[in-house]
Amino acid sequence: MSTHSTHSEQIESETGKLGMWIFLLTELFLFGGLFLVYAVFRAQYSEDFHTAGRELNTFIGTLNTVFLLVSSMTVAMAITAVQKDKKNLAIFLIVITLILAGLFMMNKYFEWSHKFEFKIYPGSEVLKNMPRGELLFFGLYFMMTGLHAIHVLIGMILLTINIFKIKKGGVGSKHYLHLENTGLYWHLVDLIWIFLFPLLYLIT
Amino acid sequence: MKNGETHISSFTSHAIVLIVLLTLTFISVFVTGWHLGAFSVTVALAIASVKVATVVLNFMHVRHESLFIKLMISGVFVLYALVIIITFIDYHLR
Repeated sequence: MSTHSTHSEQIESETGKLGMWIFLLTELFLFGGLFLVYAVFRAQYSEDFHTAGRELNTFIGTLNTVFLLVSSMTVAMAITAVQKDKKNLAIFLIVITLILAGLFMMNKYFEWSHKFEFKIYPGSEVLKNMPRGELLFFGLYFMMTGLHAIHVLIGMILLTINIFKIKKGGVGSKHYLHLENTGLYWHLVDLIWIFLFPLLYLIT
Repeated sequence: MKNGETHISSFTSHAIVLIVLLTLTFISVFVTGWHLGAFSVTVALAIASVKVATVVLNFMHVRHESLFIKLMISGVFVLYALVIIITFIDYHLR
């Protein structure tokens, strides 16, 4: 009987993870489409993209990259902690992840409000009067970082749910698919940022 | 998970992966700071690709997944590369 339940649990874990991966790959194409648009317009308006890209603060971008990379590690560690049945450590690591995600969002908030101060936001007069390439750059910047930020927020909600699941026993050393899939989602958020960072902040 | 055995990654290995990722980040910030045009773009994107592969293989545990999942993921990445290549071929031949 016990071997039977272990077997079905294993199948559940395999299929659950497979389903998550299929979803993540569709997410990849959601952002992939935007990356493609970026690539084509960058090739077409390289001078304008160069000028507009210099408006972004590399330091803030780098800092946010560090926050997300460290948070990816803490999530991966939280899974290890749960597997080793160290519940309190796992919760602690998820809380650290949430703090890092919060810092990322705070930076994003300051960055966007700084742009808004200069009347740079989708649909603004200043933006409309910019050269076409710069308009496209900022349009893509707001769209891509905005869509990414929504993913960060969803990830934060999922992580919080996991804290309660660990506390109530829904996630434990024997069944941690929920945390594993949340981890996969969180790493996807990180993966997208790994490409957004050089494309928007570094290559000017 | 492979053959019913769960692989538990150690805390140390996660920390090492993070150090690698941070080092790569600082290298790409440093190199693009020289403003070498096409060279900077190539280096930045190459480093980003290495970082993505590092995250996928280690943090996302794909290294220990079944062959099916490995093939599915790499297949989609190849598909996306083809989408980019075909778009640019189309764009240049217009």
